[in-house]
Amino acid sequence: MELGPITRALLRNKLGVILIALQIAFTMTVIVNAVYIINDRAANMARPSGLDEANTFHISSIGYGNSFNESVVVDEDLNMIRQLPGVIDATVTNAIPVSGSGSSSGYGLEPGRRDTLVPAAIYRVDEHVLEAMDLDLVAGVPFTAQQIVRRTPTEERQVTETILSQAMAESLYPDDWRQALNQNIYGPDGSALRVVGIVDRLQAPWPTFTYVENSMLTPEITLDNSTTYLVRTEPGYRDELMVEVEERLATAPHQRILRNNQSLEYTRTESYRIDSLMTTILKVVIGTLMFITAMGIVGLAVFSINRRRKQIGTRRALGATRFSILRYFMTENLIISAAGVTLGAIMTVGFNMFLVQTFNMPRIDWFYAPIGMLALLLLGQLAVIGPARSAAAITPALATRSV
Amino acid sequence: MFMYYVRLAALSYRRNPILSSLMVLAVAVGVGAYMVVFTLNYVLGGDPIPHKSDQLYHIQFDYGDPDVADFEPPPQLAYRDAITMLEQSSDFRRAATSKFVAILEPPGNDLRPFFVNGRGSSADFFAMFDVPFQYGNGWDRAADDGQRQVVVLSQELNERLFGGADSVGETINMDGHVFTVIGVLDYWEPTPKFYDVNNGPIDTGEEAYIPWSLIAGQQLRRSGNTNCWAAPENSSFEAFLNAECAWVQFWVELPDSQSFDRYQTMVDNYVAEQRDFGRMQFPVEKRLYDVNEWMVYNEVQPDETRILSALAAMLLAVCLLNTVGLLLSKFLGKSGEIGVRQALGAGKGSLFIQHTIEAGFIGALGGVLGLGVAAIGLEGIKILLGPEAPTQWITINVTVIATTILLAIASTIIAGLYPIWRACNINPAIHLKTQ
Repeated sequence: MELGPITRALLRNKLGVILIALQIAFTMTVIVNAVYIINDRAANMARPSGLDEANTFHISSIGYGNSFNESVVVDEDLNMIRQLPGVIDATVTNAIPVSGSGSSSGYGLEPGRRDTLVPAAIYRVDEHVLEAMDLDLVAGVPFTAQQIVRRTPTEERQVTETILSQAMAESLYPDDWRQALNQNIYGPDGSALRVVGIVDRLQAPWPTFTYVENSMLTPEITLDNSTTYLVRTEPGYRDELMVEVEERLATAPHQRILRNNQSLEYTRTESYRIDSLMTTILKVVIGTLMFITAMGIVGLAVFSINRRRKQIGTRRALGATRFSILRYFMTENLIISAAGVTLGAIMTVGFNMFLVQTFNMPRIDWFYAPIGMLALLLLGQLAVIGPARSAAAITPALATRSV
Repeated sequence: MFMYYVRLAALSYRRNPILSSLMVLAVAVGVGAYMVVFTLNYVLGGDPIPHKSDQLYHIQFDYGDPDVADFEPPPQLAYRDAITMLEQSSDFRRAATSKFVAILEPPGNDLRPFFVNGRGSSADFFAMFDVPFQYGNGWDRAADDGQRQVVVLSQELNERLFGGADSVGETINMDGHVFTVIGVLDYWEPTPKFYDVNNGPIDTGEEAYIPWSLIAGQQLRRSGNTNCWAAPENSSFEAFLNAECAWVQFWVELPDSQSFDRYQTMVDNYVAEQRDFGRMQFPVEKRLYDVNEWMVYNEVQPDETRILSALAAMLLAVCLLNTVGLLLSKFLGKSGEIGVRQALGAGKGSLFIQHTIEAGFIGALGGVLGLGVAAIGLEGIKILLGPEAPTQWITINVTVIATTILLAIASTIIAGLYPIWRACNINPAIHLKTQ
């Protein structure tokens, strides 16, 4: 290897080396952190809600006028929906998972101990919820029809049962979540709920909620004229049923409006809109940056080769093979890139520390920096192949000409 | 002379088109990307109401829950405090305001009933926030006190209901109550939605405005964020109003420092008094925030745009480093020409000017192309933001255009300083010899 001569030659053109190395360092900082942000968001977006999302939709009905009797209408609507071919089941609910809006409260093991309350999302649903949301009961029993309480918002609450998500049960009983079954848990006003069942997974409606896996189901229908139905269908039936359910609800003789007829997939897209926007922007940034840096490497390599055409010709005339010329410029680039990625690794970690401190993001995994270093070394080598090959093509005869 | 150097720059561009285009492209991408992020930050981090942002104040009370560690006081007011503040602030313009939802039954039979998002507010709201009117006016404080059923429509709702005609005097029916239209707004969609940032800075404005007292009168359903740190005594609405539940935004307009001091004293006294009753036990840093302070306090600027600013700055740095290198190649590549010019009597000063103009020329081209990059980027962001979010605020304005081009020229010249210096210090003899 001609490391010695290459290094000495590089030291005669310090600025060119510094420029490329700095460029590689900045590029690596941006790319590695961008990939890390993309992965972080993608992991968030990939968390399952617990529902059969591909085959689920929801629609809201809001009644008005004095003749609207929600209690009657709810039964009528649900009977109609459940009998449609292709519908697996439907439930009424006060909130839609991943939608970004819902209701939450805190529950603990002792009444009056407000400092021990564990936050959880509350879904007010009926006894069809497990089938409609596709939840797996891992302990206990489902709600029964007799347990469903109907009340207006100003009536006192009389619900006495609840089904927890396993994560909620784990928050209450960290040692063994199964202990939660058949226990009483207490709300902020001291009211008790008995845990009749535990389901494997159900997310809260807010993707950024710290306790996003903590959810509770309660058997109640709030009569405030506003009802949301969540419908699960056989695969392939969702889109036609969305149209059919809305049409049938609209033709029923009730004074009401229908809104937010959305598939759960659409709801998810809307909720994670900013995350996917961020991801797309970062991907464009990564692509652009790699292109610009590669072009910069090509530009400077072409320049430095052009300045040394005569020396290259002389070396060829003295017996250097085409391959050794190629190897010279590849090695030169490798040395510069190595300096760049070393600085880049430091800057990457530094920038990540800034992100962690300022935005409360999780720390970068250790393997990001080495992979980023390898990627940029590879990018540098790929970029320099073209110019290096044209350098290798210089004829030895050039040494004999004056310019 | 300037035009001559510009011609020389154009000639030099053509002599080395690939290298030069690469530079223009790098500058365009760097500056364009930076301007996209700049535009987002300019709007979201900018002053939403510049001429009076230092006169409008939101109150933050010392709310807290002794049982919950790290409880952040909600940035809204409880009903009872909002009512007291309305009474105690009557010397100033002030507004308690919150959202509601209702079913609107349009007059006539042409339209089916639909759902509207509305805002209850005190009479002064429109004057305080310079809300533009197309027809009619807002209401007065007497209408607040008397819970009069009057409504101001947004331009869009008026378009939908009355085809955009002057609808003052018409009536509409919301949740079974009849409201008389007394005004219609002109287009008004401030971003960030500074008067209520509880549902995010980019939020569609309300369609109908009514006296806030009607919401407490329980005529219409409340909406927006509600944050309770103590359970209401029972399920009745009265118990909710008296409970420690924050859901009201409260703004006051204090035109000078004298009134600010007076108001600050009043608020402090009120807190001291409430503290004696056992409420407001958790001191806050500050109780009166002007608009810009309130935007910072509520972290209105999204983390995303701040992260992107840092990344965009580094992207620009890469592009400029690239430009330094490429300019260096280009200038040293024409050492022969520089030698000839020197031999013919060009001084260092004129060489310096010539090459600065050449760098500036490339920067200007990059800037113009960068505008295109920025426009495409912003258009892409609009598409990705989706149909539900208001996107009218994402536009390239004069400030952005001027900043883009200036940034491009200035940064290219700065990037070119070292290459220019090298070009001016070429030893003509060596290069003349080989000609």
